[in-house]
Amino acid sequence: MDEAMIGSLIASTLRVSTPLIFCALAGLLSERSGVIDIGLEGKMLFAAFAAGAAGVTFGSTAVALLVAMGTTVLLSWLHGFACVSHRGDQVVSGVAINIIAVGMTAVLGIAWFSQGGQTPPVTTEVRMQALMPGVVASLQGIPVLGQIVGQGFLSHNALVYVALLLVPAVWWLMYRTRFGLRLRAVGENAHMVDAAGVSVVGMRYAALTLNGLLCGLAGSYLVLAQNAAFVPNMTAGRGFMALAALIFGKWHPVKAFWACLLFGFLDAVAIRMQGVALPGIGLVPVQLIQALPYLLTVILLAGFIGRTVAPQALGRPYLKER
Amino acid sequence: MTHQPLPRWADLVLLPIVNLAVALLAAGVMVWWVGQDPLEVLKVLLHGAFGTPRGLSYTLYYATTFVFTGLAVAVAFHGGLFNIGGEGQAILGGLGTGLVALWLAASLPAWLMLPLMLLAGALFGMVWAAVPAYLQAYRGSHVVITTIMFNFLASSLLVYLLVNHLKVPGNMSVESAPFADSAKLPSMATFLGWLGIEWPNSPLNTSVFLAVMAAAGVYFFLWHTRLGYELRATGSSARAAAYAGIRPKHQVMLAMGLSGALAGMVGMNEVAGVNGRLLLEYVSGAGFTGIAVSLMGRSHPFGIVLASVLFGALFQGGAEVSFEVRGFSRDMVVMLQGFIVLFSGAMAYVLAPAVGWAVQGLRSPAATTSEKGAAHG
Amino acid sequence: MSDAPAVEMLGISKRFGPVQANADVNLTVARGTVHGIVGENGAGKSTLMSVLYGFYTSDSGSIKVFGQDASIRNAHEAIALGIGMVHQHFMLVDTLTALENVMLGAEPHVLLRKAEAQVRHRLGELMASTGLKVALDALVGDLSVGDRQRLEILKALYRGAKILILDEPTAVLTPQETEQLFGVLNLLRGQGTTILLITHKLKEVMRLCDRVTVMRAGRVVEEVAIADATLEGLAESMVGRKVQMGRVGDSDKPAGATLLQASGLHVVDAMGVARLHDLALELRAGEIVGVAGVSGNGQSELLEVLSGLLVPQQGRMSVGGRQFEARAWIDPRTARTLGLAHVPEDRHERAMVMSFAAWESAVLGYEWLPQYCRVGWMQHPQMRKATVDMMERFDVRPRDAQLLCASFSGGNQQKLVLARELGQSPQVLLVGQPTRGVDIGAIEFIYGQLRAMRDAGCAVLVVSSELDEILALSDRVIVMNQGHVAGELPIEHCNEKTLGMLMIGGGSATPATATTEVAA
Repeated sequence: MDEAMIGSLIASTLRVSTPLIFCALAGLLSERSGVIDIGLEGKMLFAAFAAGAAGVTFGSTAVALLVAMGTTVLLSWLHGFACVSHRGDQVVSGVAINIIAVGMTAVLGIAWFSQGGQTPPVTTEVRMQALMPGVVASLQGIPVLGQIVGQGFLSHNALVYVALLLVPAVWWLMYRTRFGLRLRAVGENAHMVDAAGVSVVGMRYAALTLNGLLCGLAGSYLVLAQNAAFVPNMTAGRGFMALAALIFGKWHPVKAFWACLLFGFLDAVAIRMQGVALPGIGLVPVQLIQALPYLLTVILLAGFIGRTVAPQALGRPYLKER
Repeated sequence: MTHQPLPRWADLVLLPIVNLAVALLAAGVMVWWVGQDPLEVLKVLLHGAFGTPRGLSYTLYYATTFVFTGLAVAVAFHGGLFNIGGEGQAILGGLGTGLVALWLAASLPAWLMLPLMLLAGALFGMVWAAVPAYLQAYRGSHVVITTIMFNFLASSLLVYLLVNHLKVPGNMSVESAPFADSAKLPSMATFLGWLGIEWPNSPLNTSVFLAVMAAAGVYFFLWHTRLGYELRATGSSARAAAYAGIRPKHQVMLAMGLSGALAGMVGMNEVAGVNGRLLLEYVSGAGFTGIAVSLMGRSHPFGIVLASVLFGALFQGGAEVSFEVRGFSRDMVVMLQGFIVLFSGAMAYVLAPAVGWAVQGLRSPAATTSEKGAAHG
Repeated sequence: MSDAPAVEMLGISKRFGPVQANADVNLTVARGTVHGIVGENGAGKSTLMSVLYGFYTSDSGSIKVFGQDASIRNAHEAIALGIGMVHQHFMLVDTLTALENVMLGAEPHVLLRKAEAQVRHRLGELMASTGLKVALDALVGDLSVGDRQRLEILKALYRGAKILILDEPTAVLTPQETEQLFGVLNLLRGQGTTILLITHKLKEVMRLCDRVTVMRAGRVVEEVAIADATLEGLAESMVGRKVQMGRVGDSDKPAGATLLQASGLHVVDAMGVARLHDLALELRAGEIVGVAGVSGNGQSELLEVLSGLLVPQQGRMSVGGRQFEARAWIDPRTARTLGLAHVPEDRHERAMVMSFAAWESAVLGYEWLPQYCRVGWMQHPQMRKATVDMMERFDVRPRDAQLLCASFSGGNQQKLVLARELGQSPQVLLVGQPTRGVDIGAIEFIYGQLRAMRDAGCAVLVVSSELDEILALSDRVIVMNQGHVAGELPIEHCNEKTLGMLMIGGGSATPATATTEVAA
């Protein structure tokens, strides 16, 4: 494996992991506050559509991002309305959002753009470009580092770096601020938090709002940085992979980040592995590699790789009782 | 805040209708927003679904699959579990049905093959649900997460087997070889033909009778057998079930196992009945429609049959509308399905107080005084 | 105004539906004293303190705190007035540290690092001045029960509590931890904190308090300085009955064969607190044994262990000709096959499935019997008939077997459950709170049914928090205290003094010694 390959593998991994990181962090904030979020997939899809539609209509990256994030915040609030304000089943609500997303994005796509559900591609101005092309070019010549660091780490667009920065940011929010302390408490023992004078509903909606913003970034990335247009069902299960990464990372931002990288790596590797025989094992079916994230999560949940303890109040609506 | 329970009829009939109406309203607004006429769309849809024998056939064909996945979700609900893995269990069921067909159909007659295929489908589906069930009962892993993972594992498995082992060499399409004749369920046209009735060709096949039998079977199981009694008790009140000596872990396995077996029967409709071979897309979201169907049908087999026909009509009618009305596609039906899950499921009780109010307004006020006797305690 | 009492509650009344939880209660607590509030279950002490802490608003009456009129509408207003409460069930987050738990909701700074430094400093001072030591950086989940309670006290003090209410604080403590708690409370009193101690443990009250208020059935029956009180006197006030005591047992037959025998029962709960201590019990045919005692002393665990719902850590039981050890304990299904019936204390969660119709709940636990189920198929006609029979016999209203259990009133639900369990003609009958929620008219009927079971040779165990009930029904009374059998008395020897003393844990009594001690 030469350095060009390594560099390209690192780059692929980071690019594939970025939406996963956004989604996993989104799910983290929601679930740590005690609200299950199965709807990451649907929200990401909606955001992708919104970003694509807005990007084409308004010709501005900023507007596209804003519209996408606004859409997903509204969806998160819908989830909150059903489950936090009204004791609805959190799983069913998430499933509903997923199904609605698949349907509505296609319906609106066909109605507005008449391209069979796709949005027209956004122009290059709107698309996110590599942030530091000059640096990459200047590193080209340097042996070893040039490809690996240049191609691998420095060739990405702003959203990738935002995702990477968000990991320590979310960590800091959760473990170094007052908000984070209360968030963690609300997901474990909502009664205690209520008795301490902090609004449980308020905390959960705050978490859901942040969740919405991050899902918006995830979906925007797909259309503004990865593809150029929205294609029906383009999330292809990545929202669930992010959920798996979140659980695999035991609801901790840094561990979830590593899980996202691992799953992203597996994805990047899967394509390259097609037809390549591993020493001793032989041909590894590409489907196995694609299934690995889910398989690993099941194995983890079964308790074979350490204990997994979910936030105590996860999934339980808060009822004030006397 | 005490929640006055709705009278039974309101809970089982009125509330679902209200929820459906709200969902339809939401969908209608969407239709209007994208520039269509909701009433026009509705007319075409109803005609497409029920107006012709061919349309009716398609409606019932879709409904057949939904009955299986809807029953699967319902049985698990009665046991207190949310089986979101119907999609994967249906895939495995189809795989089981198909593998047995490919393996044995050439050498066995139909009256032996078909039951074997049914058994295999149910068994494969059962196993695919039993593993998450086991992990929940004995290792504490949340069954919702594991079944979601198993959905993905199922489709990976299917793709792997089709691409690497079952594909006919030299063929472009990712499909298995066609089954021998003994492994195919007769289509409804053929079946009715035996009875001397003319019926147009369509995917509708005799597995629709299997679906009806399954619905009847689930009904009798839940409300007339001891196992069904214990399952329902566990789902309603785990503590009361423990008091009665019912073992929770066994119930989890039973509920999910049955659920998976029911979902697995989809194979008989799609693989044995329609396609006559194994291919990639024979479930395509039916597992999730099953959730909507079960919620609408209030987890009761009769309601599920009705809701399945409703959804079948939406799918078939939706296809017709997409031919006739420009700019419309089946995704509208998917969206409506999502609204139904939202209003009947997640927001089911948002509307309940309003419905309860309305119901009480119709009754005399005296009827609502509770007769809690004065007592110590 | 520095002489004003810390707390003055005047004429407090509070009603919950048909129950008058507090009736014209007066309470005056002097500054810097420890004031005990004692009473049995349902005496109204918790309600009174909940009114003070703002969980409830009283229907009438007034409150003054440190001489100022106070209207306390919620916990935050109470805290603002300097009232802190340590609940029976701790309000702590296990996965956070002690420090974080204290801080939550009152963090002095947005940034945790800065907030923690400030809180740590203040807590350090608090811990030094009160002697309450807790490892601030330990996860609460790793702390012992005693430590958690200390943490709760610190939490209240950190928020400026000058009046501390403690609700049954020693219920979950070991004797050593109780001693430590007393030390802390004494110290706090020395520093001028006013302490209100809700408890039913009179011995502790005698040791710790300056004054005590005894409540019974929502009223204050006595208010006295400890210096002028005696244990016996308090016990009598707490338990005092107008109902005639020392009823002669009305069964003319002597008790028969032993139908259930249990020994060495030891149960430890999830928090490591022992609920049953080496308990032994014998139930004989033709006898009603009543279990008296303030609720929470192991009676519930006793019922659950005997019926197979709970597996003890240690113990032995023999019933129906079979022996059971802790390792292979009885389960509810087996219990029923051996003729052991159980009417649970918790009617809503345990005894019936509320969403089932009456005719389905009527066979709960017995659905496997041949008359209800043949080859796995439920016999609906028989089930319905059996339900109608049950409803007739026990006068369950409305007489509608199709009605959902949730739609029956509490009393009728109870009658249905009793009809179901008694209808199986069990050999051993375990009953928890037999007439809770039952209307007055039906109570005597139920008592009659239980006596009829006894006369037919059944061994009956009745657990009840209503002493009247125990006295009305039992042939033999067992008093439980802190997971032990504090004493056992035949009904003829039961009176306020002996029972009261046993209930508060003072002096054990066996039939032999009781005979000599009785001064009716």
